Amino acid sequence: MSTSADWPARRQGSEDPSVADEGDDAQARRDRGAEPWALFEVFVRARRGLSHNHVGSLHAPDPTMALQNARDLYTRRQEGVSIWVVRSTDITASSPDEKDAFFEPAADKIYRHPTFYDVPDGVQM
Amino acid sequence: MDAEADLQQHFDELIEADVRIEPRDWMPEAYRKTLIRQIAQHAHSEIIGMQPEGNWITRAPSLRRKAILMAKVQDEAGHGQYLYSAAETLGISREQMLHLLHAGKHKYSSIFNYPTLSWADMGSIGWLVDGAAIMNQVPLCRCSYGPYARAMIRVCKEESFHQRQGYEILYTLSHGTPEQKAMAQESVDRWWWPSLMMFGPPDSESSHTEQSMAWKIKRHTNDELRQKFVDMCVQQAEVLGLTLPDPDLAWNEERGHYDFGEIDWDELYRVIKGNGPCNKQRLDLRVAAHDNGRWVREAASAYAAKRDKPATPDRDNPATPGRDNPATPERVA
Ligand SMILES: [Fe+2]
Ligand SMILES: [Fe+2]
Repeated sequence: MSTSADWPARRQGSEDPSVADEGDDAQARRDRGAEPWALFEVFVRARRGLSHNHVGSLHAPDPTMALQNARDLYTRRQEGVSIWVVRSTDITASSPDEKDAFFEPAADKIYRHPTFYDVPDGVQM
Repeated sequence: MDAEADLQQHFDELIEADVRIEPRDWMPEAYRKTLIRQIAQHAHSEIIGMQPEGNWITRAPSLRRKAILMAKVQDEAGHGQYLYSAAETLGISREQMLHLLHAGKHKYSSIFNYPTLSWADMGSIGWLVDGAAIMNQVPLCRCSYGPYARAMIRVCKEESFHQRQGYEILYTLSHGTPEQKAMAQESVDRWWWPSLMMFGPPDSESSHTEQSMAWKIKRHTNDELRQKFVDMCVQQAEVLGLTLPDPDLAWNEERGHYDFGEIDWDELYRVIKGNGPCNKQRLDLRVAAHDNGRWVREAASAYAAKRDKPATPDRDNPATPGRDNPATPERVA
C-alpha cells in the first residue's frame, strides 16, 4: 500500500476473526465520514544544533493540518523547536526486511575505522 | 532449511538477544495479532479514559485545578494517538480500530466503566488509576516490539505528572475540613479494588501471559505487578492519612510484601462483559463524539482536496482557481 518505513502493506486474508472483521473497510470509512486521511511521519528538532528525529506519525487531511496536529501531539512540553512532516507514502525505505545483504558491503571494510591503524608509541594523536 | 523456518529462526534470535523487532521485520502471525489486540486495547483505554475526568473539568474547584485537569485529559488523548500510530505499523488501519471499538468488538480497560461521583475522584484516579497504569507501562518501555516500546517511553514520561497531581488533590482534601477528608476517604474506598483489578486476572487464570513473556512483550506477570502496586500504595496512603479498604492488608515479614484480601473477580468479569455501571454510557458518548465530528472531518478533507486541485481556470466560476491556495498565484483579473 505504501513505501513508508513503518507502514507494511495491509495483509490479506487474516484468519483472526477480529482482524477479518475489520476487513469491513468500506464500513469503517463511512464511519470516518470520508476517505481516510493520509498518514504523515513526524520529525522533531529537539533544540538548536541537533538534527530532526523521527518521533511518530499521525493522520491529517493536508500538510498544514499535519504540522498543527504534530505540534499538539508531539511538542506539548516544548520537546521541539522545529517540526517536519512527510507523507509516509513519500518515504522510500531500504528493504522490507532489515536483515538482508544491503548493509553487508560495509562489514568487511574495517580500515574505515581509526582503530584499524597502528600508531607508534609516544606519538600524540 | 525452508524460507519460513529461516525467518522464524532469525526472529527467535532477535528476541533471544533482547533487541527490538521493527515493523518491516518478518514476525509470526500470532505475535502480530497479539500486539494488535494489546496495543489497540491500550489505545482505546486512553481515549475512553478521558471521559470520567472530562466529567469534572467544568466543575474543578479552582482555575489551577481546571488547567491541570485539562492538560491531563489532553495528555490521555495524546497517549491514545501514539498507541494507534504504533498499532498501525502492524497493518491495521486507524478506521478499522475505531470501527471495532465502536462496534463493541474491541475492549478497553474496565476501570473506565466506573463513575466519577465527587471531585475527590479526580484525586483517586490520578493516584490509583494512573499509578496502576504506570506500574503496567514502565516494563512495556522494554517491550520487544520497537514502535510500542517507543510509544510507552513517551507515555511514561507524561504519566508521572498525572499521578502526582492526583496525589496532591487527595493530600489537600485529607488535610482540609472533616467533610473534605471524608470525601477523599469515600473516594479511595470506591477506587481501591477496581484499581487492583487493572492488572488483569490472577496468573492462574491468565492464559496469554506465558506466551507474551516468551515473546518479551510482557516482562512481569499480572500478580507480580499487582503486588508491587499494593506495596507502593500502603506507605503513600499513610502519608495521606487515609485507609485502604481492606481489613486483610498486613505486612508479611516472610514474603517481604503486604498480604491483601481476596479480589472479587466476578465483579471484574461482570464489567468486562459489559455490565459495569457506565459501559453503555461510555461507548455511546464515544460514538456520538465521533458522529458529531464527521462534518469537521469532511470539511477538512474537502478543503484539502480543493487546494490540491490544479488551478485550471474555470470559465463558469472565475473566482474558484487558486483562491484559497497560497501556493497558487492569484489569477490577475
Ligand atoms: Fe495515559
Ligand atoms: Fe495518565
